[in-house]
Amino acid sequence: MNKTGWIDRRSLLAAAGATIAAPAVVRAQAKSLKIALMLPRSGFFAQAGQSCYRGALASPKVLSDLGYNVEIVHIDTESSNDVSRTQAEKAINDGAQCVIGAFESGNTIAIAQVCEQRKVPLICNIASAPQLTSQGYQYLVRNFMSGPGLVTNGLKLIGEVSKAANMEFKTAVFLHSNDTFGTAQAQAMEKIFPTLNMPFKIVESIAYDPKAQDLSVEVTKVRGINPDLLLIVTRAGDAIKLTRDMVRQKFQPKAIMSPGSPGLYDQEFFDAVHEYADGFIYNLPWFNVKSQMTQALEASFKATNPKNRFDLDGFNVGFTFEALLIAADAFKRAGTGEGEPLMKAIKATNIKDHVMIGGPIMFNEKGDNPNIGSAAVQNIGQKPTVVYPADVAVAKPILPFPAWQGRK
Amino acid sequence: MKAALSFLTPRSTVALILCGVALLIAPFVVDRYTLSIILLALLGTYLGQAWNILMGYCGLLSLGHALYLGLGAYVSAVLFVNYGVGPWLSVFIAMAVAVGAAFLLGWLGFRFRIEGVYFSLLTIAFAEIARIGFDNWSFVGGAAGFFLPVNAALQDQWWNLRGGPLFFYYLALAMAAASLLIAAVLRSSKLGYAFLAIREDPQAARALGVNINRTRFLALFISAAMTAVGGVYTAFWTNNLFPAQILETSKSIEIILAPIIGGLGTLMGPFVGAFLLVPLGSALTDGLRAIGLSAPGIKALVYGVILMLIIAATPNGIWPWLARKLGLEAREP
Amino acid sequence: MSFSLYLEVLSQGVLTGLVYGLMALGLSVIFGVVRVVNFAHGEFAVLAMYCAFVLFGLAHVDPIVASIPLAIAFFLLGYAMQRGMVQPFVTRPQHEQFILLVGVALVITNGLLLAFGPESKHVDLPYSFDSYEISGALIDKVRVYGAAAALAVTAALFAFFRFTATGTAIRAAADNLTGAAVVGLDVKRLYAISFGLGLACVGAAGSIMMALTDMTPMLAPSLTLLAFTIVIVGGLGSMTGALAGGLLIGVAEAVASLVVSPAVKSMVSFGLLVLVLALRPQGLFGKAES
Repeated sequence: MNKTGWIDRRSLLAAAGATIAAPAVVRAQAKSLKIALMLPRSGFFAQAGQSCYRGALASPKVLSDLGYNVEIVHIDTESSNDVSRTQAEKAINDGAQCVIGAFESGNTIAIAQVCEQRKVPLICNIASAPQLTSQGYQYLVRNFMSGPGLVTNGLKLIGEVSKAANMEFKTAVFLHSNDTFGTAQAQAMEKIFPTLNMPFKIVESIAYDPKAQDLSVEVTKVRGINPDLLLIVTRAGDAIKLTRDMVRQKFQPKAIMSPGSPGLYDQEFFDAVHEYADGFIYNLPWFNVKSQMTQALEASFKATNPKNRFDLDGFNVGFTFEALLIAADAFKRAGTGEGEPLMKAIKATNIKDHVMIGGPIMFNEKGDNPNIGSAAVQNIGQKPTVVYPADVAVAKPILPFPAWQGRK
Repeated sequence: MKAALSFLTPRSTVALILCGVALLIAPFVVDRYTLSIILLALLGTYLGQAWNILMGYCGLLSLGHALYLGLGAYVSAVLFVNYGVGPWLSVFIAMAVAVGAAFLLGWLGFRFRIEGVYFSLLTIAFAEIARIGFDNWSFVGGAAGFFLPVNAALQDQWWNLRGGPLFFYYLALAMAAASLLIAAVLRSSKLGYAFLAIREDPQAARALGVNINRTRFLALFISAAMTAVGGVYTAFWTNNLFPAQILETSKSIEIILAPIIGGLGTLMGPFVGAFLLVPLGSALTDGLRAIGLSAPGIKALVYGVILMLIIAATPNGIWPWLARKLGLEAREP
Repeated sequence: MSFSLYLEVLSQGVLTGLVYGLMALGLSVIFGVVRVVNFAHGEFAVLAMYCAFVLFGLAHVDPIVASIPLAIAFFLLGYAMQRGMVQPFVTRPQHEQFILLVGVALVITNGLLLAFGPESKHVDLPYSFDSYEISGALIDKVRVYGAAAALAVTAALFAFFRFTATGTAIRAAADNLTGAAVVGLDVKRLYAISFGLGLACVGAAGSIMMALTDMTPMLAPSLTLLAFTIVIVGGLGSMTGALAGGLLIGVAEAVASLVVSPAVKSMVSFGLLVLVLALRPQGLFGKAES
């Protein structure tokens, strides 16, 4: 790798300050692919970043059992755009041939710009901003759903689950966290909800401060409206506060569902509210318990993260693993870690057996995977349990929402 | 102009020229990672100079400069994406909006004699109100953020600030140099002396016939407008804006660390501070990882300890001490 | 909206406000005497929460009970900090104090992240999910206990300043530093005690807050800002003001959530802050500076 003097005079003059192509990486044919895994392991998104990280710890064994060979370099983005960008430069300088990350959309865009300039593939494990794949990046694919996709699938599943359980909702309140993800979901909701002809109407949409110390007033407000259905978009910390205040105020709608958000399946949620975690339904891309690869990943997860529960980390772990799988698989087919052929191979991905629910992993011209499926997952017996659709479900949905009182 | 450069001794002229040349040829010598760090340090220098004009020269401690940075960024980004107005035009609108916000702040602060720590907290309140406002303003994307197109087809439109890293590097260098020049010219001007007089003793300055409110307003406006230009740069460089990042109090703190650590009220302080702190952050990441300490959080912890040590050891910042050591002591006006 | 709804929201505001008030009181005591703005105030509150969390884990001490030992421990911490670290900064400009405390804040936040991880922490109290019903309104039991404890600690502090010799001496030093030094008071010791008392408030408040909510290290800065807002509204350096400010902000945020939107409730408190600064810069209960 040519570490110094990466710009020669001619290209400087030619480009007059425009994009400078990175010099082609000249290296001997490597046996393993060097992947930089960039996650927000500290800073605001640390909790999710560390959950993804546990997935990365569990992945190498499964990948090598499948005959893949990868070398993972772990990088902390500190939940910061500036750090994401400089560390991406550093990772590529240090020989990373592929970058995976970065859970958060802003950080991912910061990395994407570096990868685009240096012609190094970036595989996005999790990040939902639709803008990521609509900017014409050539070196970016995303094995995750965009926000509108999450909402569309989430809402459709609400209709289907309620039908399956013979429940009817007339009114709903939409309560969401006013952070990056929650607001994006609310915007998507506003656009998509009227087009779906749902059997209930949203009587009020309430945004709350994600840094609030408690959500008692918010719950009081919802209680005053008393809807049949409560739709929520949360993160773990506020899901706990919300649940506590709902129990204290004995607020009991017919169902509480999330059209796609984290929070209700995180370890800290179960640790904090125990039996009160039961009954919540969230519609998300989820790992397929019936897939062999999922079972292998779960076994490896237990060995590498004995203190954590796979079913709670599964969402983050599954997508992080799949991103690694896509990279390893493309490397095997391309036979090289060089940017252009590797990216070509990534775009041609077609992996039938994998971890998450849905059809084969492949990418459309924008770089999105259109085959990711969503499932309705309900907390039953303090375990996330897939309850719909039937082909991946392991239990039936429990509706109406079980009473708070007398739980144990 | 000659007066503005009077702070330079022959030795420090040589040092300054050497620094400038080193920065000019840096892209040919260092790798991209190092260059991206230098770029951040240059941006830090620029923002530090802007803040230093208000605090270092005029003695008004703003803890809410993220307000002007965020306004500049959002104004130019929204004008570009929604109305097709290029940054070279919108930068003036951005400056005007920032000055407008500064006027509101100054009007409240100076009119009602909000001084000292109360003024600082007022600046935080303004920035926080703006952050929450932007968080809830769906026209600019709210908390979900605002994105600029990074379309490859636009990639060479440098006149729309759609260039590669090299372009942004030299732009940051030009801005840092310009801010140094502005600060130098200001300091040797009548206005600059009025700033210093107010900083040292407002009562005495008043007695000398300095219009205190007017002078403070000017310092605030210059500082806000310059910071807004930094915001325009940031918007087009990062291509995504979130109120929770660009309008956060933590951003304000980031802006002021460099000039204080470097040397408050000195011309070179923001430069020295930024070129110490930004590489320090990266060096800590790399160094700690190299010795196997990569646990998340350890870097910021060590960074915090170093901040405490520096401020305890060099009360007036690094630059005055360094200048003495290197024999570059400026002829301070 | 019914009457009971408003009663509920008001009582939530008042009960939470009392705990906030105790936390902000610490900031006010420190500034009132030592004239240092503790920019790491929220971080100390979070540190106290983690201490309460550990105490609960080790010995199953109810965080509301733990507020007393934690207040003592934080008093000692504050005393030591003032003596060992802050004292040289007392005479230095405000921005340098600021950097020092930003450093302290970084160390606390990231130390906690290293030691406990990023997940939010909580304690399981037998009455965590209980509530009282008063004429149709539901009021959380844990909030009532927390507010009572906060009131008790505040009352103890008021009594200390009113009735003990040291307390009187500190008030004298706050009013007239030179005078205090002239009559032979050991100002450094009084400073250390004041800083200790300030942190004792945070220690107690943080411990109580652990019973009310759960916390991650990353939420500390918003607590710092909250404490600032309260003391500015109430009057920086005024003890009554901190308490009244806590109540006012608590109620204002609660009512704003109900009638406007929960997402903008902190905007209301910052708006209140700007208003107070403009109309009465010394705060509602502060003494005008001569």
